[in-house]
Amino acid sequence: MIPFLIYAAIFIASFVLVKKVLRRARPQDFTSLKTVTFGDESAVVSDRTASVVSIATIFLLWGMFTGSTLLPSFLHAPGPFEGTTQFDYTVEAGGQRDSATVTVVVHPIDRDPVLPEVDPGDGFAKNDAAAVGRWRSGLIRVDTNDEIGRDGGAVVVAIDGQPIAPGERVRVADGTVTLSDRGTPNFAPSKGWQMEPIWLPPPEAVASRLMEIASEGFRGATLAEHLGLSLFRVLVGFALGALIGIPLGYAMGLSNWFRGWFDPIVEFMRPVPPLALIPLVIIWAGIGEAGKIILLFLAALWIMAIAARSGVSGVRISKVHAAYSLGASKWQIMRHVIIPNSLPDIFTGARVAMGVCWGTVVAAELVAAEAGAGMMIMVASKFQNTDIVLMGIILIGVIGFAIDMLMRWAERVMVPWKGKG
Amino acid sequence: MTGLAIENLSMRFDLPHGGSVQALKDVTLNLAEGELLSVLGPSGCGKTTLLNIVAGFLAPTQGQITMNGHRVTGPDAERGMVFQQGALFEWMNVRDNVSFGPRMAGRKASDYGPNVDHLLDVVGLRDFKDKAVYELSGGMQQRVALARCLANDPDVILMDEPLGALDALTREKMQGLVLKLWKETGKTIILITHSVEEALLLGERLVVMAPRPGRIHREYRLPFAEMGVNADLREVKKHPDFAKTREEILSMIWDMEEEIMGRTEVAQ
Ligand SMILES: Nc1ncnc2c1ncn2[C@@H]1O[C@H](COP(=O)(O)OP(=O)(O)OP(=O)(O)O)[C@@H](O)[C@H]1O
Ligand SMILES: [Mg+2]
Repeated sequence: MIPFLIYAAIFIASFVLVKKVLRRARPQDFTSLKTVTFGDESAVVSDRTASVVSIATIFLLWGMFTGSTLLPSFLHAPGPFEGTTQFDYTVEAGGQRDSATVTVVVHPIDRDPVLPEVDPGDGFAKNDAAAVGRWRSGLIRVDTNDEIGRDGGAVVVAIDGQPIAPGERVRVADGTVTLSDRGTPNFAPSKGWQMEPIWLPPPEAVASRLMEIASEGFRGATLAEHLGLSLFRVLVGFALGALIGIPLGYAMGLSNWFRGWFDPIVEFMRPVPPLALIPLVIIWAGIGEAGKIILLFLAALWIMAIAARSGVSGVRISKVHAAYSLGASKWQIMRHVIIPNSLPDIFTGARVAMGVCWGTVVAAELVAAEAGAGMMIMVASKFQNTDIVLMGIILIGVIGFAIDMLMRWAERVMVPWKGKG
Repeated sequence: MTGLAIENLSMRFDLPHGGSVQALKDVTLNLAEGELLSVLGPSGCGKTTLLNIVAGFLAPTQGQITMNGHRVTGPDAERGMVFQQGALFEWMNVRDNVSFGPRMAGRKASDYGPNVDHLLDVVGLRDFKDKAVYELSGGMQQRVALARCLANDPDVILMDEPLGALDALTREKMQGLVLKLWKETGKTIILITHSVEEALLLGERLVVMAPRPGRIHREYRLPFAEMGVNADLREVKKHPDFAKTREEILSMIWDMEEEIMGRTEVAQ
């Protein structure tokens, strides 16, 4: 809730700042001369500043709530309590009451605590010292050093003067104390607003893990091998799918018989998500390379076939007629009219197919693989290496984005006439 | 026998849910070599259908077309077509579009190149020959289409409202160009248009068609095309006969349209 409010606040504040304050002095550019911009799709272009602020905000929030060292500490959200704190407890035994103090050292979990020396004090209840890990909680057997222990009938009745019964909880200086069913105080130091690294590691931890895995590898393969293997599977699967799918689509677009024969198959397979085929493919082909590539081949095949088919059927009949009356043969029409005309559709299909293949390969590796981007994050999650999981997700996202950008660029270069017929 | 003979042509379209449309009925026309025929008629009277049959894209249900003594059974390079719009190949530049026909015939660049360049000159697109066709304006694209058709050197040129999508000024310039090319090349041309003025200006002969079923209603022989070859088209339009014929044809088409409308009203 708090992070969301901060996010919304930054969104609004940067909008107001950039739009109203910084840009007011600017000369009016072309789009701002338009009187109608609302509803004019061409007048809406992505604001670079907004994109930069948006990404910075995500990292800022991430750093704030993980206590990142990349941020100055005044920006950190309140962290978990760490250090030494105290609370009093009151025991009743045989009609008498006595109080003593518990000194608790709250320490980072990866470091061993040093218990402070405490003066036992007077009365039958003696002062205690205990250690609890940060973000953790610990039962504190306060009666072990007392003159009358739990077995002697001593019962804890109050913490810091507030009465308490088993199962109840009271607030103390730097946390809460809950009385267990058997009457032992359980101290939980306050957690603050930051996330524990096991849930969400700070950005620098992810970055250093990236460096570490990039140089040392993970599970017997380097990072480049993991990612390269996933990419390789996508490329091979996609290439095979395109190799079969495009001619199939052409045949379906040009021949009644092919259309009739393959339409039911294609139309049936199209809505089946490739992920649903994973179990079957594993049964048939195992978890090795063959299975993965068959899966990606199937994922790309239908998309490419449908794209090629619509590319062929989308040719304007007047273009075909024009080519015929200019003396072109069937083959020449295929080569010079139908194929070029279908390329924009095929590129669109290829972009979709690459995206689907990339998603499918990661999912398939999550299920079963010896190496690959998906396998990396799956194994890491089993060992609660959240930093590796995050790193993997970020890399998968970056690669997916890069693939899409590459496809768009290829489209711009190779079919500049797209959408201009 | 040279020229184009359209004999007793009838065309019936069967509709997918039963019933049929008689698009053409007993159309007979003879064109000598080098004649320019313009075709007028209310919308839906079968003009496009007629042209598609002559081009060989459609087979008539009855009748036949004879061209230079042989029967037309399909599209051929001897009959070129200029479409209203959208028939250029946008994956080729202007020059490749224009040289499409010769290239498909397997001719060498050195052989067709000069002619293609000459045609690009004639249609005023010399400076645009390396441009992509989608970068040109509508009028320029129609000039490319015209040049592409001419580069293939057909005997007959079929035009289905080739200037329909152009503004008045560009249209007038293109009309002049069509006349000039017709005179220079001596091609047989069939031109379909919705503009009575255009039909009068360009047509050496003019056919007015009537709908339901599509048939030839009246035929004219006109002097204006000959005049237009040497004079300004605007001067030709001032000729007293021009205005007279235009009014006559306009009211003829108007009556036909009214008849159709009236009939649909009764039917309702
Ligand atoms: N493929 C087709 N299937 C069924 N009916 C058709 C088909 N093509 C044309 N028709 C019908 O034939 C008749 C003539 O159509 P056509 O396109 O030749 O008219 P047109 O004179 O060119 O009209 P316009 O001036 O509007 O272009 C119309 O009634 C039309 O509905
Ligand atoms: Mg028409």
